[in-house]
Amino acid sequence: MDDLPPSSEAAASSHAPAAHGHAHDHGHDDHGHEHHELGFVRTYIFSTDHKTIGIQYIFGGLTFLMFGFMLMLLMRWQIAFPYEPLTYANASAHMGYQFHEVLYHLGVDSAPPEIPTPVAVPAGQTCFMEWLFGKDQMPGGVMTGNFYNTLGAMHGTIMVFFGIVPVAFAAFGNFVMPLQIGTVDMAFPRLNMGSVILFFISAVLMFSSLLVPGGAAKSGWTSYTPLATISDPPTHYHLLGMQSWVAATPNFPEHPTWWALLLAGQTMWIVAMAFNITSSLLSSVNFIATIVNLRAKGMGWMRMPFFVWTQFVTAFLLLLAFPPLEAAAFMQLFDRCFGSSFMSPGGLIVNGQPLITSGGGTPLLWQHLFWFLGHPEVYVLVLPGLGIIAEVVANNARKPLWGYNQMVYGVLVLAFLSMIVWAHHMYLTGMGTAVSSFFQLTTIIISVPTILILSSLIISLWGGAIRFTSPMLWACAFLPLFGIGGLTGIPLAFNAPDQFLHDSYYIIAHFHYVIAPGTIFALFAGCHYWYPKATGRMMSEFWNKVHFWPTMILMNCTFFPMFLQGMAGMHRRMYDGGATYQQLNAGVLHWNIFISEAAWLMGLAQIPFIINFCFSWKYGRKVSDNPWEATTLEWSAPSPPPHGNFLKPVVVYRGPYEYSVPGAVNDYTPQDEPPTAKPTHISGPAPADERSIGFPPLT
Amino acid sequence: MDIPYTVSARPDTGLYNGKLGIWLFLASEVMLFGAIFTSYLFVRLGADDGSWPNHVQNVWLGLTNTILLLASSITMVLAWVGLKERKFNTYWWALAATIVLGVAFLAIKGVEYHAKWIHWGFFINEDAFVKKYKDDLDKDNYFYSYIPQQHCYEVRGHFINRDELIANNQLKAGPYTVLPDKAPGFAINAGQHTGPSFNTVSDEEDPKISIDPKDIDPLRGYGRLLPAYGTYYAVYFLVTGLHAMHIIGGVVVMLYFLTIGSRMYKRNPEQLSNRIEVTGIFWHFVDLVWITVFPILYLT
Repeated sequence: MDDLPPSSEAAASSHAPAAHGHAHDHGHDDHGHEHHELGFVRTYIFSTDHKTIGIQYIFGGLTFLMFGFMLMLLMRWQIAFPYEPLTYANASAHMGYQFHEVLYHLGVDSAPPEIPTPVAVPAGQTCFMEWLFGKDQMPGGVMTGNFYNTLGAMHGTIMVFFGIVPVAFAAFGNFVMPLQIGTVDMAFPRLNMGSVILFFISAVLMFSSLLVPGGAAKSGWTSYTPLATISDPPTHYHLLGMQSWVAATPNFPEHPTWWALLLAGQTMWIVAMAFNITSSLLSSVNFIATIVNLRAKGMGWMRMPFFVWTQFVTAFLLLLAFPPLEAAAFMQLFDRCFGSSFMSPGGLIVNGQPLITSGGGTPLLWQHLFWFLGHPEVYVLVLPGLGIIAEVVANNARKPLWGYNQMVYGVLVLAFLSMIVWAHHMYLTGMGTAVSSFFQLTTIIISVPTILILSSLIISLWGGAIRFTSPMLWACAFLPLFGIGGLTGIPLAFNAPDQFLHDSYYIIAHFHYVIAPGTIFALFAGCHYWYPKATGRMMSEFWNKVHFWPTMILMNCTFFPMFLQGMAGMHRRMYDGGATYQQLNAGVLHWNIFISEAAWLMGLAQIPFIINFCFSWKYGRKVSDNPWEATTLEWSAPSPPPHGNFLKPVVVYRGPYEYSVPGAVNDYTPQDEPPTAKPTHISGPAPADERSIGFPPLT
Repeated sequence: MDIPYTVSARPDTGLYNGKLGIWLFLASEVMLFGAIFTSYLFVRLGADDGSWPNHVQNVWLGLTNTILLLASSITMVLAWVGLKERKFNTYWWALAATIVLGVAFLAIKGVEYHAKWIHWGFFINEDAFVKKYKDDLDKDNYFYSYIPQQHCYEVRGHFINRDELIANNQLKAGPYTVLPDKAPGFAINAGQHTGPSFNTVSDEEDPKISIDPKDIDPLRGYGRLLPAYGTYYAVYFLVTGLHAMHIIGGVVVMLYFLTIGSRMYKRNPEQLSNRIEVTGIFWHFVDLVWITVFPILYLT
């Protein structure tokens, strides 16, 4: 094509990146485009601005996190007090009993309190729970097994796909990442808006599935077949294909109309997941393209903040691991609605009826495809959290990250390895020892880069002048608690102990330690850290402490006893919290009530955060553009950043964490500060030559 | 505010945003179709010996579709070259030809789907089949196949009296009058007309067989050749359906660039040619998927 006429580049506007940080005259609160003002809808709802989109995601994601958490709080009632009606009378009787038991042990009460007997809802009356969830879900306030399963499945799905990924990846990634690499917006702003719309549609579908007859999905967040294929309504009512045969067979009920099949909770789960996956895919394309192509002048790969690296790697994981689940979702949809048998073997008997399918499929197919997503998904949940913590630690220890290069290489290795460890979730499916050994090996290897990153973060604290700001409190809690979560995973990686620990409460404790005090603490840290950038105001430090300490303590009270229960052999899917098998679970069942109450109190402990988050938006203390005295680029933009982000073209001269550089006047040097320029802020503590960086001498 | 590198490539990466984005999107598409093809392998390797249908598609229709898509890839490149040379008419007609070829592909696909809809398959117990049906079928050279693990025979053909049975509320009682197919696969014999995508269909005058519902295997039953009928058909409809969705998506995008989107030519022809290049990359990928689908579903 060399002989083509020269392209008319002149017709296009010039596209040097720096040339487009227009000098805005208008103030920070101006969301408008420089050519025309956008209306309310285009500014706040169908916005293409990455910052607005990030804020949309964070409001949606935090709301869904709270909602998913509440589902679990409901479920904990059934585990703590099996088959008791959930009414105000019963709940307050139990709370009173617990209160007086504590008083008795403290010596305030002289006699132990009586164990309350559950009071049934009088016949003819409808208690609140029955009214709220319907007679088939909570008759007389007692949770049915189906509803229990629904709550479990929806808790997992909502927390993972509608809570943490939107907040950790989509919200913080959208808001912070373009600012940190010094660009004006994402590479594809309209695609970004499309992701939000798809996410919204998927959330509407997923949440409205709670309202359809029969309730939402109830096969766990993993949606294992054949359970997911035959549950509500069973698949032998085929929509197409064999329905003539079914209709011709005696004793078969009428097959439902097509909309009844599509409106079944499990089908809606699949459809909602397909939308969610598509949304994540488009986001990840956008993220990678932005990071690769839109970095500001001078922003080399190894000058990117670690948070950008984690977003980059997370985006790749989503891009490559999610499509197989989408394929699996299509197959499960076919199995459910069109009666195919990708994942069901022939000859199944369901409810005493032979299941009419062509057979020939295998449930292992679903498990492989699901966990091919499922394991990288764990790192999708964790890596943005690690990125946030890295930013917070470097900023508040006033030190460069120790081993930035190793951390970057570590996160890349981690991403690669996470794609080849999935079958360690499937040791008990009878894959064979050779396959198990391979996955055991890769799983153990993956702990090396993980520990490398975590150790680097801990070492970064060494010799730092640590500021215990709000985000730093969360980061300090993150490091040991995430460590517990990670290290307790190592026994599970080995085939032999996993035979015992698999599907026990130990697993629940393990991954909740990774995700709840791990990722969610990191999200709280991120909220506090970037709040001034998004709003120009600070969240209250006092209310953060009111939120932090109870949450941190109750988080441990909730999840630590689960290790004990799991190691005693308590199965994780018991509808009655293991009461049926109490001889086998002897000595650990009493933790059920303790755990439940810790979880309920933890729910209450989130109220200060909600108040803090909402009220600071309007009433928080106003702060400067760089209140944390940080070095990365987002703090060079105004707070909140205007449309187009930066007031002047961004040029990067140095690495991301130039804190306490010897010879510098300040203890921080922003990335866009020219080497020869005189420092603009004189606020650093001591003269630089009295300060050391890195390790103090070990001898 | 403009996003950088929407038209010209960034010097150090050598890519403009759209090209990078489409390659990343195609990476995810590779994983999507890769997962489906892997599942196909998984299911097929796990199938009982002899139960996997062979040569049930009309290869000539599949081959025609392959040629159509390959030709459309050529016209797609011609459209891009037309833009690069700033010859709008070449661009417009080449893009229009691509759309026509894509729609023709979909039309042939529709013909094949229709054939699956109007054909029925019946699984008949081994004992009853040998006793009552085998001789009749052999005599008229009709096609049937044996499924050893399930001890039943499969007969495919037109279900002649279904509407009549339904009207009389006799569907459970039967008997079912069936005009069986002559042969599987892609044989085209003189004197017999060919089923739309399927195989050689018997003449309407040929003798029909009458199947008693009691002889039908209770677990497999009978049905249209749709996903519920067998895993092969499930794979077929999943793969070709997903592929057809991609074709539809591509055609919609091209229709946009043929009409409203082509206005950009006046304002910024280079950006339009970038967009067409990106569309073309996607279209070639869709073509590539079909080139994989054709051998694994039609030729094996």
